[in-house]
Amino acid sequence: MSFEVNGKTFETDEEGYMVNLLEWEPGCAEAMAKLEDQPLTDAHWEVINFLREYYDEYQIAPAVRVLTKAIGKKLGKEKGNSKYLYELFPYGPGKQACKYAGLPKPTGCV
Amino acid sequence: MADYEVPELKEYAVVPLPEDDTMKGLKPFVAKPDFQEALGYPGKKDETKENTYLLVDGWHDKAIDKMGDLLNRYRGFRVFMDSCVKCGACTDKCHYFLGTKDAKNMPVARQDLLRSVYRRYFTFAGKFFPKLVGARDLTEDVVEEWYSYFHQCSECRRCSVFCPYGIDTAEVTMAAREILAHIGRGTKYSNEIIGKVFTIGNNLGLPEKALANVLEGLEEDVEYDIEVEVKFPLDKKGADILLVTPSADFFAEPHIDGLIGYAKVFHATNTSWTLSTMASEAANFGLFIGSYENMQRISMRIRQAAEDLGVKRIVYGECGHAWRVGYSFLNTLAGPFDFLDQNYPIPQHICEFTLDKLEKGELNIDKSRNDDMTLTFHDSCNVARASGMGDKPGGQFTIPRAVIKHVCNNYVDMEKDTIHDATFCCGGGGGLLTDDLMEIRVKGILPRATALKNVTEEYGVTHMAAICAICKSQFTKVLPYYGFTMDQIVSVHQLVSNAIILEGQVDPED
Repeated sequence: MSFEVNGKTFETDEEGYMVNLLEWEPGCAEAMAKLEDQPLTDAHWEVINFLREYYDEYQIAPAVRVLTKAIGKKLGKEKGNSKYLYELFPYGPGKQACKYAGLPKPTGCV
Repeated sequence: MADYEVPELKEYAVVPLPEDDTMKGLKPFVAKPDFQEALGYPGKKDETKENTYLLVDGWHDKAIDKMGDLLNRYRGFRVFMDSCVKCGACTDKCHYFLGTKDAKNMPVARQDLLRSVYRRYFTFAGKFFPKLVGARDLTEDVVEEWYSYFHQCSECRRCSVFCPYGIDTAEVTMAAREILAHIGRGTKYSNEIIGKVFTIGNNLGLPEKALANVLEGLEEDVEYDIEVEVKFPLDKKGADILLVTPSADFFAEPHIDGLIGYAKVFHATNTSWTLSTMASEAANFGLFIGSYENMQRISMRIRQAAEDLGVKRIVYGECGHAWRVGYSFLNTLAGPFDFLDQNYPIPQHICEFTLDKLEKGELNIDKSRNDDMTLTFHDSCNVARASGMGDKPGGQFTIPRAVIKHVCNNYVDMEKDTIHDATFCCGGGGGLLTDDLMEIRVKGILPRATALKNVTEEYGVTHMAAICAICKSQFTKVLPYYGFTMDQIVSVHQLVSNAIILEGQVDPED
């Protein structure tokens, strides 16, 4: 599987996650979201950008709690909860947002 | 929400008329050769097609050889192949059959997919008169049928409870998966995860730095909430207790609230404890794929960590199948544990630890802090049917409930044919907790969802507690298909965490 951004092809695995994470560019998020009919607003980008920053440092997606805390700090307490994140990413912030951000899918009993 | 029909919740579980092939072809993603090889299995990529994997060269003979090997290694497996009399007692006991109506999901029928091949190659009658005894050749279609239906079994063993011969269906499924893995048909989900345990230390792939960051964050959060410095120690040499817990406890909700509960109990009782980077995972997916070798290799990390850190005891956090492996097999796989304190169970379950402290009055508990909830408890299959807890029979049923009742005023059990050793699987156990199997997960949760709905309506139950990471993740993800909300699932130690009052605790003003 793959998707295209400006004529460049990006390979994905069976579940639509990017194979080569280093290739990610903002257009990738837009393209993957479009495939799932998910419009990306500034609110979505706040989450995506945080995920990428965290991944750069820790080589894994943040725990749900870490993510909600960070978003709460940035956007206000009323948004620092998983309900808000699920409104943005109905398939789950852990999985859907990670996909758009070009992070590997969290595995295990989650 | 889904491109298949979500079953309707009725007042009681209805045993459906079996239908043919309703779930035919549902399969998990196949593990690519890299994931296979890391676990000692072969794999072969189809170079002409994307994400497609072939059976390895000589697959037919390799599969039969592996079956022969397993028949010789595990006497139980041979007995299970020979002793079924088709009485039908198991047919309506499987949550996947009840949820899908697929005839091959009746446990006896699923087992027969393997048994028919066993007869053909390993019994006198099957070798010479295959048609008379329902024996069949192993073909590529049979392999694909195995791959599909042996991943529609969560190895929960409910059917085994009702089998008059005690045939352990989970063992049959495990054998089938082990054979499949040896011919290039391991699953991406389980095998990628086991690979991460070997390379990084846990199912999630959570590196040391990230783990340390999560634990520091939790210390900050708890201090912010209640103004008490509760520690979450990592790799602390000389601690008394090594806590091994599913890595989901570091990552997901409501799991992480349970982890906070363990830490508060240890804090309140001045217990010296530590987590370990090397054994930052209690789960052991080697069990799910039926691989003794991988199960052992995973278990050895826990022994190694215990030795390196010089602990006296090992305690397991809330993880269902980890507890099965820990309670039932740990000594065989990684023992003897003669270097640990022999006055305590090896290993001990966190619920056992906490209940002891509750009964001795060492914890300051305000039950009313859970008064906004009415609880019920889901017995996780691997704890309920494949382990014990404490020093009395049935402790695995009574101990977690006793913990809940010590910290909550409102508790109601679900119907009795859906709890204790008759509990229904959450629908996501045994290596099926993956999005590519969402359809079977949604359908398989039906009996549990029915029982939950009944206590919700009759007794006003608002929340269901569990002591298994898989159960918690499956429920939060899939119960919403049936009108429940994800926050209705709680960790048992989350309830403890809510009710416990630590010395010096200052509660936030609401």
